[in-house]
Amino acid sequence: MKRFATVLSAAILGLSSAVASAHDYKLGALEIEHPFARATPPNAPVSGGYMTIHNSGEEADRLISGEASFADRLEIHEMKMEGDVMKMRQLTDGLEIPAGGEVELKPGGYHIMFIGIDSQFKDGESRSATLTFEKAGSIEVEFKIQDMRAMHGHGKKHGDEAMEHGEMDHSKMDHGKMKQDH
Amino acid sequence: MSNSGSNRAMRTGIGAALAALFLLIAGFLGWQYSVRGTDQLLTAALKLGTDFTLVDHDGNPITQEAFAGRPTMVFFGFTHCPEVCPTTLYEMAGWLETLGEEGRDLQAFFISVDPERDTPEIMKAYAEAMTDRVTGITGDPDEIEKVIAAWHVYAAKIPTGDGDYTMDHTASVFLIDENGAFKGTIAYGENREMAIAKLKRLAG
Repeated sequence: MKRFATVLSAAILGLSSAVASAHDYKLGALEIEHPFARATPPNAPVSGGYMTIHNSGEEADRLISGEASFADRLEIHEMKMEGDVMKMRQLTDGLEIPAGGEVELKPGGYHIMFIGIDSQFKDGESRSATLTFEKAGSIEVEFKIQDMRAMHGHGKKHGDEAMEHGEMDHSKMDHGKMKQDH
Repeated sequence: MSNSGSNRAMRTGIGAALAALFLLIAGFLGWQYSVRGTDQLLTAALKLGTDFTLVDHDGNPITQEAFAGRPTMVFFGFTHCPEVCPTTLYEMAGWLETLGEEGRDLQAFFISVDPERDTPEIMKAYAEAMTDRVTGITGDPDEIEKVIAAWHVYAAKIPTGDGDYTMDHTASVFLIDENGAFKGTIAYGENREMAIAKLKRLAG
């Protein structure tokens, strides 16, 4: 039984590291999964960056800042729908990544705001930015640019995979919203 | 400082509460409209908006007249908006595409709640990147403020770092019939079938 569990967890580990190697970063106890940013219309001065941050450590950490050569500055924001009103707030104290937990930055919730971007974000491109955590320090990550039109099943350029992924994000967004509101 | 500050906070709070109440009613009417189609009594007398003179995204003057004679969608937003605004414009484009012939009379406007930064050129590039069916509207900030108030839209400047700001704003799409009567809203993230059903009724 114990051996089976070992094999199983080894298999799971193997699987997750295979996924991880795709687009994943480690920094101390933190693991940053699939940073991506929203493709922008021309002239749009801002975009949102998203990712999931896991903290396997015994101490909470905090995403406190970021910087990138392609943007005037990066801010950590929270978006919320309150009734029909969209509200956005800068998290001036950063975003806590709880010990043994994870925080998802995603459409409709927490995100990195890229402010004053120097060029249009186009689907398929990527941008690298440095993220700084209070304890774990700094790390440079690549944000993959994704066309978020697919999010609502309106993607033209994308295959089914992108659509499915997008729909999933959307439903998660609604759940996230509920949780934040209560 | 705290006195005028708290007054302002209270006014903002009351404004937000009124806007929320209005949208609750609007949502109810929209729901009635979509599920029963018997909205005449409820919404016939409900007209939104006011006379205004602003500029469309081609730099031409535009007035309240633009909304008359055709079923219309109106969305309030701004281009420094990373998520709700591009998503909504994409969705409007998608709905119109889905409606095809059925929606050919529908017109759509994107009114800036941030006219100080949103020039007609910026609005045009932003809107046209997504669809040729949505016309951006911007112009004199006082005039925009008047329009926002007359549509019972909530919009507030929220300071961020470095003296910059973002905007909180009502994110629903307003539906107006060809006579200018208010016909409900489509909420942000609303189910696509529901949105299409509302638009079919509006266009039909």
